[in-house]
Amino acid sequence: MSIVGGPVDTGDLIGLAGRRGPRRSRRRIPPREAVRSTVIALVSTVVVLGALALAITSSPNWPDVQHAFFDGEIFAYSLPKVVEAFGTNVSLFLIAEVLILVVGLLLAVIRGLPGPAFFPLRMIATIYVDFFRAVPGLLIIALLGFGIPALDLPGVPSDTFFWAVIALTLVYSAYVSEVYRAGIESVHWSQEAAARSLGLTRLQALRHVIVPQAVRRVIPPLLNDFIGLQKDTVLVSTLGVVEIFRESSIIKAAKFNFTPYIAVALVFVLITIPLARLTDWLIARDRAAQESSR
Amino acid sequence: MTGAASAGPPSASAALPPASAGPRPALRIEGLHKSFGDLEVLRGIDLEMAEHEVVCLIGSSGSGKSTLLRCVNLLEEIDSGRIVVEGDEITAKGVDVDRIRRRIGIVFQAFNLFPHMSVLDNVTLAPRKVLRLGRNEADARATELLERIGLAAKRNDYPDRLSGGQQQRVAIVRALAMQPDLLLLDEITSALDPELVAEVLNLIRELAGNGMTMLIATHEMSFAREIANRVCFLDAGRILETAAPAEMFSAPREERTQQFLQRVIEAGRL
Repeated sequence: MSIVGGPVDTGDLIGLAGRRGPRRSRRRIPPREAVRSTVIALVSTVVVLGALALAITSSPNWPDVQHAFFDGEIFAYSLPKVVEAFGTNVSLFLIAEVLILVVGLLLAVIRGLPGPAFFPLRMIATIYVDFFRAVPGLLIIALLGFGIPALDLPGVPSDTFFWAVIALTLVYSAYVSEVYRAGIESVHWSQEAAARSLGLTRLQALRHVIVPQAVRRVIPPLLNDFIGLQKDTVLVSTLGVVEIFRESSIIKAAKFNFTPYIAVALVFVLITIPLARLTDWLIARDRAAQESSR
Repeated sequence: MTGAASAGPPSASAALPPASAGPRPALRIEGLHKSFGDLEVLRGIDLEMAEHEVVCLIGSSGSGKSTLLRCVNLLEEIDSGRIVVEGDEITAKGVDVDRIRRRIGIVFQAFNLFPHMSVLDNVTLAPRKVLRLGRNEADARATELLERIGLAAKRNDYPDRLSGGQQQRVAIVRALAMQPDLLLLDEITSALDPELVAEVLNLIRELAGNGMTMLIATHEMSFAREIANRVCFLDAGRILETAAPAEMFSAPREERTQQFLQRVIEAGRL
């Protein structure tokens, strides 16, 4: 995953005079050529999609498949139910996102602590990140969701929703800490030198100077990770939590029809596309800001 | 071009403090060594500065000027030697480096303002977080300083809206807001367009006039000649020659100094 905005040297940030990087390389397209390429794009899209649709609908079993996956009546029946169940996914990822942002930043800061005294902390944080990035999220969810309540420890919650949130936080904070870390490292060392030279402690320099600049730069890749998190909330269905995928499976089993899955897919598409466009917009805005400060 | 008679702050000819003058030197450096890996950048620096004195460090790039300043500010760990500020050895084991840095301001070649903060916040951050001043008091003090350099109107702007000269003056004010005993200036005009150099140097002149103790690494020879009480020529990590500016620029003793100044003159910089 790349850090959008990229490492920026202080020269760029503070607009040193007389330094101009290469301007955007996209060439201007003359209007006639533009019309022509639009027409070509349109025609080729229609041809490809048409051929695809023809190939699918002319297959010998299409009527059966259409009935099993695209049944209008079942779709209308299942959509409100899965949307309602989606509320569970929403609370899962909203709660987890807050925790992930905090834990991820903490991990990134710990891994950046200097000196031999902090070696044990750094080591623990590194092992944490390595471990939770390596093990599939589904396994973490199953191990925590089934394993810990089974221990029946006094005072430890046995609520599967609780453990689902913890599992998602563990997995995604490992990813997010790497995003933060790249952001922190992209802030030029002279910023820390300036802060420390004024008498700020290392932590104060991080808190007031380094991290605010780092976070601004990593917002787009963070949003990208959160799109992944939203989708991964369906993994929690394995614990028996009735969320959107579990709900659709129940309807599927009752109606003996796969159309509820199509409804689920639609819900995710509708929720993800605005977030993806927001991410694109933030990236574009960052780039524009960088170019204007040159 | 030997303008010794025309230049110089009031004290330049009158009070040239000898090395051990005064009750307690503002800064004393003894046998300072610093290496980066195999590269020995500082090879035994000895320097003493009296209070209110302005000392300019000259010498070619790589001679160790910047490293020396960064060592005095403890931004670099030294290998051996001692640095004593106002009688306190700051290189002793177990000293609180954050406390020391409050007393020693440094201004960098590339300004290093905080780009995500307004001009006012750049100046007030350290007073608020380190000196624990309240927001109102810190703002009032900073505004007063910004008024003195004519940038109070820009206090809510972000650094990228300012010219290089304005940014560097804000950086100087940011260091002054901590009321340091000693100010280190590291080639502060080297990154500026020529027409913006004067406004920054004027501010330094004013500070010198007010008695600020300053150690200045610079390539601006005429400025050094004008403002310094003493000039030190650094060569390959040593102070090869120290003299009053009039002597240094008209009759340098060392051959290396002569060669360096000859090159500077040929480049039209003196």
